[in-house]
Amino acid sequence: MEHAIGLFVRSIFADNMIFAYFLGMCSYLAVSKNVKTSAGLGVAVTFVLLVTVPVNYLLQQYVLGPDCLVEGVDLSYLSFIIFIAVIAAIVQIVEMVVERFSPSLYASLGIFLPLIAVNCAIMGASLFMQQRVILDATDPKAITSFGDSLMYALGSGIGWLMAICCLAGIREKMEYNDVPKPLQGLGITFITVGLMAMAFMCFSGINIG
Amino acid sequence: MALSQKTKEVLLGPLNANNPILVQILGICSALAVTVQLKPALVMGIAVTIIVAMSNVVISLIRNTIPMRIRIIIQLVVVAALVTIVNEILKAFAYDVSVQLSVYTGLIITNCILMGRLEAFAMSNNAWDSLLDGLGNGLGYAIILVIVAFIRELLGSGSLLGFQVIPQWCYDHGYVNNGMMMMPAMALILVGCIIWVHRSVNKEDKK
Repeated sequence: MEHAIGLFVRSIFADNMIFAYFLGMCSYLAVSKNVKTSAGLGVAVTFVLLVTVPVNYLLQQYVLGPDCLVEGVDLSYLSFIIFIAVIAAIVQIVEMVVERFSPSLYASLGIFLPLIAVNCAIMGASLFMQQRVILDATDPKAITSFGDSLMYALGSGIGWLMAICCLAGIREKMEYNDVPKPLQGLGITFITVGLMAMAFMCFSGINIG
Repeated sequence: MALSQKTKEVLLGPLNANNPILVQILGICSALAVTVQLKPALVMGIAVTIIVAMSNVVISLIRNTIPMRIRIIIQLVVVAALVTIVNEILKAFAYDVSVQLSVYTGLIITNCILMGRLEAFAMSNNAWDSLLDGLGNGLGYAIILVIVAFIRELLGSGSLLGFQVIPQWCYDHGYVNNGMMMMPAMALILVGCIIWVHRSVNKEDKK
């Protein structure tokens, strides 16, 4: 249990998807113009992560890993294709389910869902999970059970949500600032994210459990 | 072979005026993470160029047979297959670089440059133009990677491609490597500065 909580906290702060690994940067920069849409995208990313990472974890453990499906066969070279197919399919299903059962949620979330299939953060989380599965169980980064993979997905998603909301808040205020002309818009956003990433490095020593 | 005006534009436009990273803001995720040293950045740039060009050709050849509703999945699978091949080749012939790149070779699949080019160009153009477009965009991406990695490796560890460039007597006289450059945050700030320079130079094509 301690391990799972440690993993959760680490993946929000120390291993933050944006600030430590630059994953999901494209939509992060494109959508973070105001807090409301950012929060919508952040929730969607968290949700999709929560579904895809555990599914990919099960696939990795019972299909792709060495000696899982057929004795003496290591299918892990197929992982890119399998993972991306799972992600694309799940995003499609989630989109249809949300549309059917909660039209209001769909209206606020729907436009982001197709975008999420190609969000690096989703694929990245699955690939990191694959790397962490083989780690020793005492390593704070190790993912050794289904519960761990859920915690990791939730933590990564919340970390991403927090990062995009922070940036959107800053960008909303920055509208009124006197930024040099060529630096306006994207340039200053990059530098802001850089400074935020530096602040987040303070968390890198965190270790719980 | 003389290149026509359009071909030139398709091939060379993305290098500067229409650069995928600086202007279209695509494919930033992996661009930032692999630029601590020059060597992985070079390998990554080459890998992305090859994959963009190849997937552009494949998609453009089969574009008329793809049903619109599931095109994204088809594109992803084509790209994922190419990335898997490149990843296996890297593991076989350049193992140390592939360890350094770790998950970022896999993340080429979700690199927005690929999906962007496939959607915007390969779905509506013939194979030859798509090949050039892919090469152009891949090289535009590689150039930025190399510039950022050059600065970071030179200032951060005083070397280029692993060879010591700043001589020992500089260190003897008190020169110190800039540890900041090794940190992920500096990549963002450097790209911000490159965008600044790029926009100051190309004033006319600003939005």
